[in-house]
Amino acid sequence: LLERSNLAGVQHILLVLSGKGGVGKSTISTELALALWHSGKKVGILDVDLCGPSIPRMLRVQDRAVHQCDSGWVPVFVGQDKGISLMSIGFLLERPDDAVVWRGPKKNALIKQFVTDVAWGDLDFLIVDTPPGTSDEHISAVEALRPHRLLGAVLVTTPQ
Amino acid sequence: ECPGTGSAQAGRAAACQGCPNQGLCAAGAAGPDAAEAAELRERLRAVRHTVLVLSGKGGVGKSTFSAALAHGLAADEDKQVALLDIDICGPSIPKMMGLEGEQVHQSGSGWSPVYVEENLGVMSVGFLLSSPDDAVIWRGPKKNGLIKQFLRDVDWGELDYLIVDTPPGTSDEHLSVVQYLSATHIDGAVIVTTPQEVSLQDVRKEINFCHKVKLPIIGVVENMSGFVCPKCKNESQIFPPTTGGAEKMCQSLNVSLLGKVPLDPQIGKSCDRGQSFLSEAPESPATLSYKNIIQRIQEYCEQHHCQEEKMI
Repeated sequence: LLERSNLAGVQHILLVLSGKGGVGKSTISTELALALWHSGKKVGILDVDLCGPSIPRMLRVQDRAVHQCDSGWVPVFVGQDKGISLMSIGFLLERPDDAVVWRGPKKNALIKQFVTDVAWGDLDFLIVDTPPGTSDEHISAVEALRPHRLLGAVLVTTPQ
Repeated sequence: ECPGTGSAQAGRAAACQGCPNQGLCAAGAAGPDAAEAAELRERLRAVRHTVLVLSGKGGVGKSTFSAALAHGLAADEDKQVALLDIDICGPSIPKMMGLEGEQVHQSGSGWSPVYVEENLGVMSVGFLLSSPDDAVIWRGPKKNGLIKQFLRDVDWGELDYLIVDTPPGTSDEHLSVVQYLSATHIDGAVIVTTPQEVSLQDVRKEINFCHKVKLPIIGVVENMSGFVCPKCKNESQIFPPTTGGAEKMCQSLNVSLLGKVPLDPQIGKSCDRGQSFLSEAPESPATLSYKNIIQRIQEYCEQHHCQEEKMI
């Protein structure tokens, strides 16, 4: 019996990238998700910035916890209609100031889990927010997402 | 009880048996082995002070500050200063120091840093790329290897100050540089932030990282702290400190606030043009802030050195 992939109900997957830190990737990811939700779409956000997860605070859900279900982890739902769902390492930390001091291989393992083990359900869009750089998180996220409906990447910069 | 993924016991402690990450932790390696440590110690023997510039957050001004610190310290021609850029994915230092297009040369005594002044040398992966747009898409272990090479193979010579600019985060680069430099000593870390909570929440993690790896914190610099309009002289908070800014954070975490640097469009311009902001805009309030902060860092390092000498 083949299990239905957790991404089978996701129509479009979008990566938000930059090379540079602090240009507004997480801000844009959040605003993009909110804009899509306002236009009636069901949206998920996957925050793969393991060292500096910003999305939970931006959606005011930083105090929430993640639960398990049969198909894996249940994402955190935002809003009364649960129109936005979110997964971030921020929800797995015991204390918000805990540093995630992991080397690449351990980060890769969690990112793969985030991609395959979160029960997203049916989504119009899954937005994947990334940390700055072109390293482990980016390679692993693209590798894990490629077999699915990877729409493409939005790149964020500032003028300088 | 997990000994901690960065500890020497990572993957090897009794508590690690059965942990799904045991293999990864053990493979991460605790740091340089005895021979490597001896090599690094020898190479860095003539470095008097080492300062790491960190943040948890990207884009807060680590490289900008590192460049200003390097220029500020090298203003004293009797001091030998070096700036090592270990941001392998996004090396900003070559551009900021006006050294784009420069190449690294090898000699019998190792790699030669690129000199921007006689007493100010720079090393960055940027100098090893054939084109500035080449992406360095490396996983952690390869990045660690290059960082080790930078510390072991560069002929730094005698230095009063080695400044190490880092990428954002608390990962391979940070663990590695702290572990490799444990062969010599690090005076401490300067942590850079901006006033808003989204930055501070990452910076608190960085402060915890420093505590975890026993890295002393010289203090915190708050960048982009207010903007004074050159026309109407009105002050605006472009990044409002909604939770009290770095000042409140430093108070609650018992670390020094070294200073606040206001936003000045000339800073970005100088960085883009590879010029020293301190020289280009000597009258700017930001220059005054930078200089005060640099002086406090110098005082910390000198005091630390005296204390160490007393202990010998």
